Amino acid sequence: MLNIILKSILRFVFLVLLQVLIIKNIELGRFINPFIYVLFILMLPFETPKGILLLSSFLLGITIDMFYDTSGMHAAACVFMAFSRPAVLKLFSPRDGYEGETKPTMEYLGASWFISYSSILILLHHFVLFFIEMFSFSEFFSTIFRVIVSSIFTLILVVISQYFFYRKKE
Amino acid sequence: MRNLILFIWKYYFYFTFLLLEIFCFYLVINNNYYQRASFINSSNTVAANILRISKNIKDYFYLKEQNEILAKENAELRTHSFISFSKTVNDRFVVDDTVYRQKYTYTSCKVVNNSINRRNNFITLNKGYNHGIKHDMAVITSTGVVGIVKDVSSNFCTVMSLLHSKTVISSKIKANGFFGPLTWDGENSNYATLNDIPTHVHLTKGDTVVTSAYSLSFPENIMVGTVESFERKRDEFFYTVKIKLSTDFKKLSYVYVVNNIQKEEQKELEKKAESENP
Repeated sequence: MLNIILKSILRFVFLVLLQVLIIKNIELGRFINPFIYVLFILMLPFETPKGILLLSSFLLGITIDMFYDTSGMHAAACVFMAFSRPAVLKLFSPRDGYEGETKPTMEYLGASWFISYSSILILLHHFVLFFIEMFSFSEFFSTIFRVIVSSIFTLILVVISQYFFYRKKE
Repeated sequence: MRNLILFIWKYYFYFTFLLLEIFCFYLVINNNYYQRASFINSSNTVAANILRISKNIKDYFYLKEQNEILAKENAELRTHSFISFSKTVNDRFVVDDTVYRQKYTYTSCKVVNNSINRRNNFITLNKGYNHGIKHDMAVITSTGVVGIVKDVSSNFCTVMSLLHSKTVISSKIKANGFFGPLTWDGENSNYATLNDIPTHVHLTKGDTVVTSAYSLSFPENIMVGTVESFERKRDEFFYTVKIKLSTDFKKLSYVYVVNNIQKEEQKELEKKAESENP
């Protein structure tokens, strides 16, 4: 239990630093802004209490906001993503529910499950984030384009991280 | 009462969600509509220091280029050493000592955080009110305009870059003096748009665009960019001019914050005139 909390805190710090020190400086044009830090919300264990899920996501968002000078935008998107996580998990749950010892990673539940689970949550997060940034529905299609392209890039990074840190046990 | 508490307890997930979202939107709106210094921006100490260390490392990669720019700028400054003085010769009397009165002072700052790929971009600098930086000061670099100071903390300040939807800089065509507001449309960090240039003005590609004298913050004749193309939209009497910006926002490293010493005096006088003749 303590081990899981410690691991999550380490992951939080690592992902924030990765996002603001490295990813933020990679310029792929105005339409592509990957946000790898959402991996933290994706990776929280299944049995995380819902209150902690929301609060930790809020903390993550507000920390990213400090570095991006976007007070509240990332926080709002993260809280929304955390709010929809239980529903998305329910949508993709296996017939007899999730087993006690598993974690929401590719290692335990397979590539197709993981990609559908994370792509929906990432799309929701980016959608909320980019529309709050615009604060209007003018330039609607260009914003939708940004949401889709950035989500694809975030998803690619998230999947790469899975192969990097959680190798499939034979 | 008991039922209410039980109800809230049962649906605490939804209530926490709503509460947090309301708080987030409060922050977003507060920051958008009031230019108030909030603690959730990169001028707070922890965030700014982490960004400063990372920027220190990155700066080594640009040393050569920065040296060239500095050398060029030194040469230019030697040729116009009176650039920051305004003339106060009066035809009734002339006192030798007050022929030139200083109007602008410059503070050199280092960029510790920068972005160009969002709709509203901000820059963080390593000086704050301890160094005399105040809200609304102009920020320029040797190659052209950069932006306007927004929030200031004791050792850092954030700058609303020219690449921000709410930044408007009064600019003019250097050749003929016609002026208009310069804004950024969010497409490309190398181009901005100049509006309100009357259609009878003769424009050519490559015309120089500089800041006009009507801005309280910017000195006159600071380079903005060159005319790339211009078009007249239907039913409009003005050109929309596409400007190629002279500042490369991707490579910002050292900038100058401009302090207009006579700003308060001018502001007060204008305010007085407005309040007397509403």
